[in-house]
Parts: sequence; structure tokens; C-alpha cells
Amino acid sequence: MTSSVQAPPAPSGEATIEQPKRGFPWGVVGSYASIIIILIWCLAPFYYMTIMAFRDPNYALDTSLLPRHLTLSNFKYAFNTTNNHFGRSLVNGVIIGTCVTVVGMAVGVFAAYAMARLQFRFKYAILGAVLAASMFPGVAILTPLFQLFSNWGWLGTYQGLIVPQISGALPLAVFILTSFFTDMPWELEQAARVDGATPGQAFRLVILPLAAPALFTCAILIFLSVWNEYLLSSVLYNGNDNVAPPTVALAKFTAGPHVIPYTQTMAAGLIVVIPLVIVVLLCQRRIVSGLTAGGVKG
Amino acid sequence: MSHMQSVPGGVEQEALAEEKELVEGYRPEKGRKKIATGEGRLAFFLVTPTVLLLALIVGYPVVKAIISSFQKDRGLDTATGFFNQGGGFAGFANYKTWLLQQCPAPGGGTVKCPPGTLASEFWASVGFTLGVTIVAVALETVIGMIMALMMHKAFKGRGIVRAAILIPWAIPTAVSAKLWQVIYAPGGVADSILHHNIIWSEKWPARIAIVITDTWKTTPFMALLILAGLQGIPDELYESAKVDGASAWQRFWRITLPLVKPALAVALIFRSLDTLRMYDLPAILTGGANGTSTLSILVVKQIQSGPNSASALSTITFIFIFACAFVLVKALGASIMPRPAAKGR
Amino acid sequence: MRYRNIAAVAVSTAVVASLAAACSSGGSSSSGGSGGGGSSGGRGPITVVQGKDNSNTIPTLTQMWNSTHPNEKVTFKQQSDSADDQLSDLQQHFQAKDPNYDVVSVDVIWTAQFAAQGWIEPLKGQYALPTDALLPATVKAATYAGTLFAAPSSSDGGLLYYRKDLVPTAPKTWDEMIADCKKATAGMGCYAGQYANYEGLTVNAAEAINTAGGVFVKEDGKTPNVDTPEAKKGLDFLVNGFKQGYIPKDAIGFKETESLNAFQTGKLLFMRQWPYGVSILNTASNSVVKGKFGIAPLPGLTADKPGASSLGGHSWAMSVYGKHKATAIDFMKFSESDPVQKYLLTQASLAPVTTALYSDPTLVAKAPYLPTLLQSIQNAVPRPVTPFYPAVTKAIETNVYAALQGQKSSEQALKDLQAAINSAASGGG
Repeated sequence: MTSSVQAPPAPSGEATIEQPKRGFPWGVVGSYASIIIILIWCLAPFYYMTIMAFRDPNYALDTSLLPRHLTLSNFKYAFNTTNNHFGRSLVNGVIIGTCVTVVGMAVGVFAAYAMARLQFRFKYAILGAVLAASMFPGVAILTPLFQLFSNWGWLGTYQGLIVPQISGALPLAVFILTSFFTDMPWELEQAARVDGATPGQAFRLVILPLAAPALFTCAILIFLSVWNEYLLSSVLYNGNDNVAPPTVALAKFTAGPHVIPYTQTMAAGLIVVIPLVIVVLLCQRRIVSGLTAGGVKG
Repeated sequence: MSHMQSVPGGVEQEALAEEKELVEGYRPEKGRKKIATGEGRLAFFLVTPTVLLLALIVGYPVVKAIISSFQKDRGLDTATGFFNQGGGFAGFANYKTWLLQQCPAPGGGTVKCPPGTLASEFWASVGFTLGVTIVAVALETVIGMIMALMMHKAFKGRGIVRAAILIPWAIPTAVSAKLWQVIYAPGGVADSILHHNIIWSEKWPARIAIVITDTWKTTPFMALLILAGLQGIPDELYESAKVDGASAWQRFWRITLPLVKPALAVALIFRSLDTLRMYDLPAILTGGANGTSTLSILVVKQIQSGPNSASALSTITFIFIFACAFVLVKALGASIMPRPAAKGR
Repeated sequence: MRYRNIAAVAVSTAVVASLAAACSSGGSSSSGGSGGGGSSGGRGPITVVQGKDNSNTIPTLTQMWNSTHPNEKVTFKQQSDSADDQLSDLQQHFQAKDPNYDVVSVDVIWTAQFAAQGWIEPLKGQYALPTDALLPATVKAATYAGTLFAAPSSSDGGLLYYRKDLVPTAPKTWDEMIADCKKATAGMGCYAGQYANYEGLTVNAAEAINTAGGVFVKEDGKTPNVDTPEAKKGLDFLVNGFKQGYIPKDAIGFKETESLNAFQTGKLLFMRQWPYGVSILNTASNSVVKGKFGIAPLPGLTADKPGASSLGGHSWAMSVYGKHKATAIDFMKFSESDPVQKYLLTQASLAPVTTALYSDPTLVAKAPYLPTLLQSIQNAVPRPVTPFYPAVTKAIETNVYAALQGQKSSEQALKDLQAAINSAASGGG
């Protein structure tokens, strides 16, 4: 008799019980326990942020982990323009994010198509160059751009914040879309060509509509990374609150000269985070597949 | 750029593999069919805008920075007491200031940079940047691997976990820095949970705080990438291993690890490069004080008092990062197998 | 839909736009007045730039000026609350030669670097400003290379706050204060100032070192002279405070807010603080010290001389790139006039720069600490007046902080500080 029990091959969606039938089902309990640990890891600080956002500022140093001293005053304060221009920064974030996304994708989608579909000299050199461009740290382009923009009067302007961020958005778009176009079956375009479409028409009428989900994912990822950007914006906004994005506005958030605004900052942070979290949750499948584009296949 | 989340994926693997080739010696593909004129020209038009834009936004500033780094910053004319224009040729003086710690002494000449000058923080900064990268990325990889393995075991509610995992990733780094600043506040939650009044503004607590915060934010992301790699491993391999009597540990070591290596390696390389460029987190959490200055923070601090010297430092920084990338690719590159060419032909 | 055409149009628009911007905005950087000289016909509306107006003084000041100068109206521009942001803002606009900043408010520690950069107009000749009525320390802080470069507008000095319910008479010397520590009740720290790693640490370190007879730099403003027994005595007062416990351990993270909070909630017996704290301690809801605290000059080394305080405050400086300099200098004189100085004190608790006002009965009634503050300012020592002030203050902060944390001895800290100031003043760091 074999001493180990062979469980019948399980469909890949279920836990296989590895132990012999006797004994505590460690596997199942263990996996549930570990899930709870993961959930706590990911959500506990976020939970703390939420309860602090609703806590009365006079009790900012109350370290209770339960929702206490609830108030909405922090949220009202976040939009109060006496000391901060937080509301304006949200608008700025949308403007800058949209412009960077549009430019990055509009330019990148064509390069991605070329990379995926066409053979040409220097193809890998260019791919490598795009990769290298994305590997430069922000500080490498910061000093010269700072001086250049200082001469042009672009410090503290929208274009001064949008243009440098294209340096990150463009490689991102190229990588995601190249991977997507590469995986796209060639037959569709061939079929369209056979039907008499020019390459341009094949691209417009067949590929792009099919690529819509990938384009959408790419747009979301670029937009999210623009909302994450801090280094370049914090220097190039030059103190002009009218163009500051939310990350910068939050980092400078103040409640007056001699106060540390714990709860007010958390409320403002929550206002920034909630829409992002909603978008991420709604599109999680797309995002996850975009992030791991092509990494799993083959 | 430093603000962009890394997107490791198949294209990167390919590109890295090709970089490896380019790096090790250009081998023009023999017998490649002559490029049809139409295709080449079309490709040219499609690719040029991207190349042009990147050359303008990345290439030109980097080159300009290198040129500036060989120029002098504004100096004080001791006779009049006013600053001159600066801009004269300085040779390697700016580089020597940072790398060799040669600071100007009164009356000309140089002296070893004394503590209290920005230049004296250079090597400590290099140490901290490297240290935090190694420690944080190691932690993220190990914990991420454990999380991925946990998530891989099928169960109900996997969707909730995946959603929860994306939340730390979705929160902008600046916001999470502010959040953890509140957590580490004197007399705040961290102190009360640990039942100890830790003075977070001392050197090692501050450094540990940064590692913790960075790990919290990016471990879930690493877990996600590793999970994607895990999901590519066919179950049959595990089944036959079990039939052969392999233990769980052996299955992990002999099957899981080797097959997840490509995804792991790419994730590791990109996370390391991201961490080497770290700026948002220490800048907002500690201001770079108490030994938590990364190289990026040092550059930004230097910009106001001497842009040419800052250019030298930023050049040193990106060469340092590229060197680390090179080392990593060499070390891990073998794990990154190029995907079978699926170029749509 | 023509994707390719749209994209091409978008990209070319972007390129054209940037080129256009590059070409056209060359204009703003090449304009700007010539430095010095200039005709006195420079009259017209001006923009005055200052930090955040937390006490709402701007409307009244604007009205006071505009009513008598209808053709030379003033517009105030407020910057952020943070001193670092204000400094960067000014630096940026000066580097861009912005003609729209006519008069700017400068912290006393910025005057030298702005003067050395050639950004602000020397106040001599047609822009001369009488200084006899002004407190000498404020004039000294506004002078660089022998010339006055800024018009002092408000002043500040450090004061000793003490719990008069526990200590009836304020200590006059460090030794007396340390002896008084035993009067602290349980859970109360003895003495604290501001010791976090920021400008406030330079202020406190300067006070300790100057009180003991030491200096940071010699009269020329750049040769360091801090490696002396007197300076060591001063630094040791703070270092020993942490070692022996008469300064509480968590004070290493104190800025103004934290130290005020500690005193306000009864956790400190003595506090070194700027005068702004007086009204807060008397009105805040969680203040347990209402009516129980007193103000005194900082304790000195010996009973005959009070402690040296660090000079604070702001001055007005005139941008060399402004177009209406005659108006600007008149505005600066206006802000030093008695009505304005009185208004700033009553409305914003900003100490006046005119010596005579300190004995004005109505003002003293409003702010009883005024005579004490006058003593403090008369014994005030400006922080080093050097165009490399940012590097010098960083050198001071880093080395003093390390000494307070016990990471190096005070001798070593002073040696390193001496070397660092040398390097900073030569353009390094």
C-alpha cells in the first residue's frame, strides 16, 4: 500500500490537499490565514488614512485605531483656499495628465505599430534607445530643463510641467503597445489587405478598433503615472500654485504657520486617492494584464 | 523617468536580450531580406516623431548637462563682494568635488570637504541609495514571492485580494509618504502600536522607516508580477512531480523557481533601477535629513546653489545607475530568455 | 477619422508652439532695468511681494498708501508661508530678471546673498534711507560690503518664557536657570528651544555661542572664528542640556510649533521662543499656562549682561529690475513710518524697527513684553552676514545637530564647523 494518498487531479482552480486525510487541514487554513495577512498589509494604512481623514483636528494625536471624533471639517478645509490651493491642483492634475497621455499615446502608437509589424534597419537600436531613455533618472534632465525653462519663462506653466513628463509617458506607451501589437494576429490585417485596403486603412479600420482595450489600458497607466509624478513637478512648478499637481499640493499642504495638519492632509490625500482607487478597481483586469503584457506568454 | 512605474513585460525581455546582444557585439542578421523601400519609409515616418521627441526631451538635456558639468558655477569676487557670471571652463573640478571630496579652500586650492557641506554627503548618499535598494528590493522579492505563492493557491475571493493588492500601487508615492509621515509622528500610531517612543528622526529609525514604507508600497506590485509568472507554469509539471514523490519544498525549488525566473529577473531589474532613483519618498518623509539622502535628493538640493555642480552630480548619478543596470543585466540576463519571435510573420 | 493626420497635426503643433514660446519669451528675460543709476522719473504703480499675510494687514496698508498715491498704486503679492518657498520664489524671479517684482520682503538672513548677486539696489544716493531712528542691529543686518541694501521693516528677537507660578523671578544666568530646574513639577522638562535640523537650530546655536562670547565669523562676515573656548562654552550649554537632562530628549525634534505646544500644555518650565507665542499662550483653548507665564530677556553667562538673542525680522529690498524705483523707495520709507509700524505691531504682533516706539505708552499697553523685547533686540547679534548664508547655515545645522545627538564631541563639532564655513565661504558646499 502506498503511504501517501493521491488526490485525483484537481481542476486548476481548486486547492489540492497535500496531506494525508488525517490531521488538521493546514493547507486550507494556512492559505486563508495568509490571505488575511495580505489584506491587512495592503489595506491597514489605507484604513488608517480614512479614519484620520474623518477625525477632528483637535484629536489628531489620539492614536485610537477606531473611527473616533468624526467630522467632515477636514474635507471642507481641504478646499479652503486661505492656505492651500488643493482644489485647483486637482484640476491641474487632470489637465496635465490628459495632455501627457494624449501626446504620449498619439506619438507612441505609431512607433509601436512600426516596431511590431515592420522590419527596418536600426529597429532594435531604436527600441534600445527608447529603453535607455526611460532609464535616465529624472534628475538627469531636471537641471538643464530648469535652466532652459527659466530662460524661456516656462517655469510655473503648464507646458513646463507637461513636456518633461512625456519623457516617461512615451516609452511606456511604446512598450505596452508594441507588446500588444506583436501579439495581435497578423491574419486580420492580411485579410483586410486582401480585401483591397491600404496599410493605412487596415490600420485605422481594423487594428485600432481592436486595439481599443489596449489603448485604454495604456491611457490609464500613463495617466496614473502622471498623477504619481513628484520630482520634476516639485521643482518646475516654481511655487506657482495655479499649475501645481495634486502630489505637490499635498506635499506642501499647510494649515497655518504653526500647525502640523495631520488630519487635514489625510482628508486631502483621501480625496486624491479615492478616484484613483475606483478607476484601478474598475479596470483591474486590464491594468494587471497591461502591466504583465506579454511577460507570461511563451 | 523616476516617476514612471516600471512595466516589465515581454517587450522588455526582448529589448533586454537585444541590449545584451548589442552590448556584447553587434551581429548584423545575415541573410535578412532586403528592406522593401515602402516598408522602410513607412517605418521611418512612424518612428521618427517618437525618436525626435525623446531626443528633444531626454537626449538634449542630458547632453547639455554633461557640457555644463565642465563649467564653473558663479563665484564670489572677493574684492567687490559681488558674484561674477560663472561659466568658465572648470575641467573636472566639479566631478572632483563630489567623487574625491575636494572642496574649495579660502585663498585657492582644495581641502577635503568638511562635514556640513553638501559635497561631504556624497558618499554617504551613495551608500544609502545602494543600501536601501538592496534591502528593499530583497524584502520585496521575498515577501512578494510568498504573497504570490499564497495567491496562487486557488480559493474563493481571489478577486478581492487582487483588488486589495492594487491599492498600495494606486496610491501616489507622495500621498503614501504623507500617510506614513502621520503614522511615524511623534506620539502617533507607530509609537503606540510598538509601545515605544521611537525617535524617528534619528539615523537608523529614519532609514528603517523609509525601507518599510517603500516595501509596503511596492511589495504588492512585485507579488502581482511574480504571480503572473507563476500562472504561466503548467500544472502538469507539479502533478508529475508529486507523482514522483517530490516534496513541496523540492517542487518549489526545482520547478517554480526556475520557471518563474524570467519574470522575476525582469521585475528585479526594473524595481532596482526604480529604487536607485528614489526621490519622492525620502524627500517628503524626512527631507533627506538624518542620513536618508538619496543621490536624487542631493542633486535637487544642489541645483539652487550651483547648477553646474548639480549637472556633474546628476551625470555621476545616471552613470552609476546605468552601471548598476549593466551589472544586473549581466548577472540575471541569462535568466531572461528571449521570447520565441512572434513578430507577426 | 484620420488618426495619422490628427497625430501629425498634434505633434507639429506642439513643436511649433514650443519654438514660438522659445522665441517670444526671450523678450521677458532681456528686458529689465539697468542696475544702479536710472532717472528719478521712475514713478508708477508697483508690486510688493511678501510672505503670507496671516494677520490680514494688507488691505489696510494698501488703503493707507493708495489714498495718498493715486497714480502710484501698490499691489501686494503674497507668497507661500514657508520661508524656503519664499526664498526660491524670489531667487527664481530675480534670475529671470522679472520687472514685475518692484519691492520684495527679505528675511534678515537673505540680504547679503541678494546684494552679492546684484539683484537689489544699494540704498544710497537718490535712494538713500535715513537710519538714525532705527535699531542698530537691524541696520547692521541690512548692510553688506559697507552699504545699506535693504530697509528694515520689522524686527524680532528671542525671549525667555518662564512659569512665574513656579519660578517667581526669572533667572538671569545659565547657572541660575539650571538651578531652578528642580522647581519643575513631575513630568515637566526644564528648558527647551528649537533644535530640529533646520534654520531654528542655527538661531538657537547662535544665541548660545554668542552669549558665551563666541562668534561664528569675524567682522568680515566670512572668516570663521568658531573654534574657540568661548564658542565651546556656549555649545556645551546645549550639549550638556541633552546629556544631563535639563533639556528633554524629544526636544531634538522641536521646531517653533512643537516647543510652543510643550510649554502650552505644561510640559516645560522654561522656553526660548519668538514673541509671537505670547498671544497664543493666552488665548489657545488647550493652554494651561494662561496668566501663569512671564517674559524675560534670555539668560546670560554672567548676571551683568543678558544673553545674546538672534536677530529676526524682515526688510524691504528694491529689485534692480523694477521700473518704478522712485515710488519703491518712497514705499519703503512709508513702511518705516510710525503709523505703519504701530499698525503692524497691534495687528500682526510684528516688532517695530524704530527705537523710540518701544517706549510709546499706547504700544506698551497693547504689548507688555515690548520693553523686554527691546532689551533682547539691543543685545541681538545677527547671524553671519554672508552671501553664502545657505551653505553656512547648513554647515552650522549639520555640525551642531551631530553634537547635540552625541555623535561627536563639541570640540570636534566646532573644528568641523570651522572647516565647513571656510569651505562654504569659498564657494563650496
